[in-house]
Amino acid sequence: MLFKNKKTTSSDGAQPAKTKAPIADAHYLSVRESRAIAKSNARVIRALEKRKKRTHVSESEYLCEMQDPNNIVEFDDLRTYFFTDAGVSKAVDGVTFSIPRGATVGVVGESGCGKSVTSLSLMQLVQAPQGQIVGGSIRFNMGNKAYDIAKMPISEMRKIRGKQIAMIFQEPMTSLNPVFRIGYQLDEMVLLHTPGCTKEQAKARSLQMLELVGIAAPERVYRCYPHELSGGMRQRVMIAIALSCDPRLIIADEPTTALDVTIQAQVLDLLREIKGKIDGSIMLITHDLGVIAEMADYVVVMYAGRVIESGTTAEIFHNPLHPYTVGLQKSKPVVNRKVERLYNIPGQVPNPIDMPDYCYFKDRCTRCTARCEGEYPHFIQVSPTHRVACYLYAGEDGKGGPDA
Amino acid sequence: MPKRKVQRQDAVPKSEPQREAEQAAPAEVPANEAVQAAQAEVPANEAVQAAQAEVPASKEAVQAEEGAAKQPEAPAEPLDPEALLEVRHLKKYFPAQKNFFGKPKTWLRAVDDVSFKIKTGTTLGIVGESGCGKTTLGRTILRLQPATGGEVYFDGKDINKLKNAEMNALRPQMQIIFQDPYSSLSPRMPVGEIIGEAVAQHKLVPRSDLKNYVLDIMRRCGLPYHYYERYPHEFSGGQRQRICIATALALQPRFVVCDEPVSALDVSIQAQIINLLKDMQDSMHLTYIFISHDLSVVEHISDRVGVMYLGSLVEYADTDEIFRNPMHPYTEALFSAVPVPDPDAHSHRIILSGDIPSPVNAPSGCKFHTRCNRCMEICSQVAPKFKDYGNGHMVACHLYSQE
Ligand SMILES: Nc1ncnc2c1ncn2[C@@H]1O[C@H](COP(=O)(O)OP(=O)(O)OP(=O)(O)O)[C@@H](O)[C@H]1O
Ligand SMILES: Nc1ncnc2c1ncn2[C@@H]1O[C@H](COP(=O)(O)OP(=O)(O)O)[C@@H](O)[C@H]1O
Ligand code: SF4
Ligand code: SF4
Ligand SMILES: [Mg+2]
Ligand SMILES: [Mg+2]
Repeated sequence: MLFKNKKTTSSDGAQPAKTKAPIADAHYLSVRESRAIAKSNARVIRALEKRKKRTHVSESEYLCEMQDPNNIVEFDDLRTYFFTDAGVSKAVDGVTFSIPRGATVGVVGESGCGKSVTSLSLMQLVQAPQGQIVGGSIRFNMGNKAYDIAKMPISEMRKIRGKQIAMIFQEPMTSLNPVFRIGYQLDEMVLLHTPGCTKEQAKARSLQMLELVGIAAPERVYRCYPHELSGGMRQRVMIAIALSCDPRLIIADEPTTALDVTIQAQVLDLLREIKGKIDGSIMLITHDLGVIAEMADYVVVMYAGRVIESGTTAEIFHNPLHPYTVGLQKSKPVVNRKVERLYNIPGQVPNPIDMPDYCYFKDRCTRCTARCEGEYPHFIQVSPTHRVACYLYAGEDGKGGPDA
Repeated sequence: MPKRKVQRQDAVPKSEPQREAEQAAPAEVPANEAVQAAQAEVPANEAVQAAQAEVPASKEAVQAEEGAAKQPEAPAEPLDPEALLEVRHLKKYFPAQKNFFGKPKTWLRAVDDVSFKIKTGTTLGIVGESGCGKTTLGRTILRLQPATGGEVYFDGKDINKLKNAEMNALRPQMQIIFQDPYSSLSPRMPVGEIIGEAVAQHKLVPRSDLKNYVLDIMRRCGLPYHYYERYPHEFSGGQRQRICIATALALQPRFVVCDEPVSALDVSIQAQIINLLKDMQDSMHLTYIFISHDLSVVEHISDRVGVMYLGSLVEYADTDEIFRNPMHPYTEALFSAVPVPDPDAHSHRIILSGDIPSPVNAPSGCKFHTRCNRCMEICSQVAPKFKDYGNGHMVACHLYSQE
């Protein structure tokens, strides 16, 4: 709501230029326009940054209640925007879904649809200052209480990051420090999050973790530098670091995309095995539907910064409802299932700076009807776990139950 | 201080070929390699390697020059008249370690004795883990880098024995499309000029018809004609890949190497590009080598499939045959590792232990024996023969009769 206030006050100064000539293409902005945008951006960013950087914030400000105590995380209407010189890019624009305790939730969608930004918001690691959480909440279950991460100051967030929520990235080299030995980096993580832990205890824990992730010679790898390991080994080390503090939630952002299929199979196998051993949930981000089908209990499908369909893995794969979900599944060739020609979804994703006010998929949708001209469709609950944002499944009022 | 800065810049890791290319031609390295291949007198890589006198490849190149002066000799075994391209015992070694005098001590065998042929108008898929030599194979076939040994017969001629001038005349007919549509297009040229440049160079159409010719190829590749004046940075990955395809196809090639052309693209864009490549193959009667590590894509587009491991083909058969009946343990493991987008599919997965070994000192005997779950005593001692087990299904493995 802070952002909304700011926006209305700034709109008389900065907005007219924009409304006169709506941005059709982000490349064609006059100098005056982009300067005006930059000015209004700076104002919003300053206020948001100030709020995040406060110290001595009383806990009551970000204390909250989980809707369902069985959930680890509840995203509720999360909005994360990037304030760029070409305009405000709504990378995540009203994302709602939850991650149940002990479950693996897969997030799929095309490049740029906001998967990574959603997970980075959960860690408060969105690239500041241009990237900011501007609305909604991220409720995180701490066991005996719940915090709203969207409202937490940076100082408090540091205590949760790594300890309660750990992250595994696509390219392990970006998160491993090349100048320190593997052992040092593992110990560091353990020492940071375990008060009163001695160096010897930390080392013992590190070696135990390396063994857990299936590294045959933990003592040797403990003394290695990251560049001395292969891609698959580095990803194992990343997983070991992520697991070292018994996190409640592991975010895996494309953990196997950079790996060969044979190595991917090893890493997925490991993740599955580990999930049985630890008492945590996994948020698995990928664009590979095969990986999702194999790993996830629940699936969230994102398109242009929004969730368009979510449900159990069986529901999404056996009964996909949204035309985009259907198209995505049809466009991927499958081994041993021959088709003469691949289906391709026509057109392109809309520009995130200039989203339409109707269904974002309408311009590419082959099943669109007159009703789709209306506002962005609400979620229709088709089963207790399955929901979809599409008019094909809405009642007369645009809300109600399925009639298709 | 300024000195430090320079050093830091140098510290940024560069890929080997990139560095080579820069040393060779500091000022003029066309970003578009396809264009470069088509027009450059001597490709940058080749120039450098020819300059390093110790590299055996360069000796080959010299021999090739000499050989070309005479008539290209007829091959020992007759060529298959239906095959547009026939590769025999192709080898490409890179120097891995140099001794005190700068002479190579060990060799990296990136491509090690590969043989196959492709019928006109069909597609050969090449699959394998990264670093197994797929890209090197493609580049060596096109003579973008000189071969260390072996022959490549294109349309009945051994191209390794052609003179540079002859090779340049042949270039338009052999094109390559790369994985990364971002780095392979020149940022300073509008799309129309990029596509038309090599066409003008090779005088494929009269100057006056050039623009219409380019617009026509753009239309066929799904690029609206108002893109003609626009620059590559204004386009998405999928559109850039279309531009690369249009650039290659504008030269009316007969043979195209597609090196992971869809690996950097999203699923829905992948489908568009694959469909485009198939349509163009039908309308222009093209012959493809399609390199990919995505088995489902390879199955969809290929007529025959070759599986590579550490520089060699380990299995080679018709697509239907190899997917129905994979014979080599590596092929089996590779196929079983592909995740299937169906939550109920409980495939029995063969998990390979460990990583692909270094091609510098590949394991003895069968190169796969260090990771094979069916390895026998003989496997580490004797290399299995690459044999035909019926219907052109070739396999190199001791599990099958070596007689
Ligand atoms: N630092 C940034 N500045 C401006 N815009 C950004 C920034 N980071 C991300 N975005 C934008 O936010 C949107 C969502 O990006 P995000 O990284 O979440 O995509 P993604 O779904 O993870 O895609 P991929 O599959 O390619 O990883 C994109 O439109 C992107 O351009
Ligand atoms: N110019 C080069 N100099 C030295 N080694 C190279 C060069 N190009 C490729 N290699 C090596 O050859 C092997 C095969 O590489 P490549 O053909 O690129 O594999 P792929 O395309 O299958 O991933 C790798 O080990 C690679 O490091
Ligand atoms: S709401 Fe309409 S346009 Fe949007 S996906 Fe559903 S049918 Fe298509
Ligand atoms: S030759 Fe031996 S080691 Fe090689 S693939 Fe066959 S069984 Fe395995
Ligand atoms: Mg991402
Ligand atoms: Mg390659």
